[in-house]
Amino acid sequence: MNLIAAAAEPAFVVPVLLLDISLLALLVIVAIAIVRMRSLFGIVMLQGVYSLVSAAWFVSLDAVDVAFTEAAVGAGVSTVLMLSAMLLADRKSSPVPMRRQLGALAVVILAGVAMLYAVGDMPAFGDVNSPANSYVGMDFIAKTAEEIQIPNVVTAVLASYRGYDTFGEVVVIFSAGLGVLLLLGLNGNAGRWEAKPNGQVINDRTAPSAAGVEDTRTVDQKAEGDA
Amino acid sequence: MSDWFSQYNYIVVIILMMTGLYTVFASRNLIKKLAGLSVFQTSVFLLYITIGKVSGGQPPILIEDKGYGDDYGSGGDGGHSLLDGTIQVAAGDAAYILPGPGSDVLYSNPLPHVLILTAIVVGVATLSIGLALTVRIREVYRTIEEDEIEAADFVYNLEGTAD
Amino acid sequence: MSDPNTKLDAQDALSERIGSDPHVLLRVISKFLIPLIALFAFYVQFHGDYGPGGGFQAGVILAASVILYALIFGLTEAKKAFPPRLIRYGMTLGVILYGGTGVLNLILGDEFLNYSNLGKDSIAGQHYGILAVELGVLITVTTVMIAIFYAFGSRQPETSDEDW
Repeated sequence: MNLIAAAAEPAFVVPVLLLDISLLALLVIVAIAIVRMRSLFGIVMLQGVYSLVSAAWFVSLDAVDVAFTEAAVGAGVSTVLMLSAMLLADRKSSPVPMRRQLGALAVVILAGVAMLYAVGDMPAFGDVNSPANSYVGMDFIAKTAEEIQIPNVVTAVLASYRGYDTFGEVVVIFSAGLGVLLLLGLNGNAGRWEAKPNGQVINDRTAPSAAGVEDTRTVDQKAEGDA
Repeated sequence: MSDWFSQYNYIVVIILMMTGLYTVFASRNLIKKLAGLSVFQTSVFLLYITIGKVSGGQPPILIEDKGYGDDYGSGGDGGHSLLDGTIQVAAGDAAYILPGPGSDVLYSNPLPHVLILTAIVVGVATLSIGLALTVRIREVYRTIEEDEIEAADFVYNLEGTAD
Repeated sequence: MSDPNTKLDAQDALSERIGSDPHVLLRVISKFLIPLIALFAFYVQFHGDYGPGGGFQAGVILAASVILYALIFGLTEAKKAFPPRLIRYGMTLGVILYGGTGVLNLILGDEFLNYSNLGKDSIAGQHYGILAVELGVLITVTTVMIAIFYAFGSRQPETSDEDW
């Protein structure tokens, strides 16, 4: 893999640098706005903005497939899902007491400082010879041209070389869909049942499992009274 | 120029990770917690894509070598001076320009892209499960604030009745 | 004297014709856009070998076209256009198509998910395999995304708007 290193040392062009710096700064601003905001609607919308900005950043770093997915999934579908979940829940989040903030802040700052300490050992941005860019990842480019012969290396790796990975992921998506359908129901009626044994209407409100102890007694008494 | 810039992305990734983690820890609202989890998740995506970037590279979509292919019937010696000196891999009927010595084409690392591509879709799957759980919690407890949920649980355990 | 009256009548007739629907512009535009979005999803799916794109992106875009339809025209209309019973078949069909491709490779004497024996040579086999696998991804992702949206969308909130 020293062959790649032998290629001419290309310098970053200024537009790439400017894009990178400004988009990442925008991401930080949006993230801090998410932390400070209390309106859930604002949080969900900023979430979409955050995804869209990061998709633009992905394009500037050559990850076009990732950007495409982030724009479609992060900014599109997950915003819609969070909006519809917010409609079923609350619109505002209550303020957090100070003492709880301090504990969380201490833990987060500790983790952040530990990671900042390790930053110096990371390869420089865009390093051709970094370990991550030297072995298997770059081999896929040459192998795709020979063995699979489709131009998009990402698709080739996704569907063929790492087919197991993708299969597992399709199963994950399948089970996530299954889980949501079990929790909410395809027609939105999971956990909301109603039955009429012997002409008596029972549903999840009057059921013994849903109500407290006293309620159970009243249901029993009702049943006895009816009988 | 790249001296001060070389670690900038990592620092931003760490700041974003801290914001996401702080939102998950400090917020008591379940939907806001999930939003913080997304911020945290995206910071990991940024880390991977940063590592996979090759300076001067281009997206890992191989450039077809039209100068030597017979698809366009242009012949081998038509004015394709841009592609001179590149390596030709002519296996089968397609030829692509690959990086190598003497080649002025560089591709970014496709492997982090694949990993993150799958992670994004798994992220929306887990997000939807979390939201569905939040909706069910809201229906039972009438609130999605953790404090109030814990208080309701405490009362229930103490008195044996739902509030 | 009759002038303002006729003017009012004309306005009434106009608003009658358009309907009192404030979203008429959205409806007209989205009716034009939704087929294009679905078409773009299939372009992304089948052009994924040559450019950015693939099953995941195409699935989400295809689901987004149905979700847009549901947002504009209502969930009951969307359920007529994309019936919920398709979801059960679709979710499983995609996973089976993906896993079935792998099992077919096993039967043909290769490893699981090694597509080399599917075509006349190994390169054609890889192309067929990637096509089948991406189709499975497309079907699963589309139906799961639509299923999740249907589940959230048809859940009735228990509290009224005044409670918020």
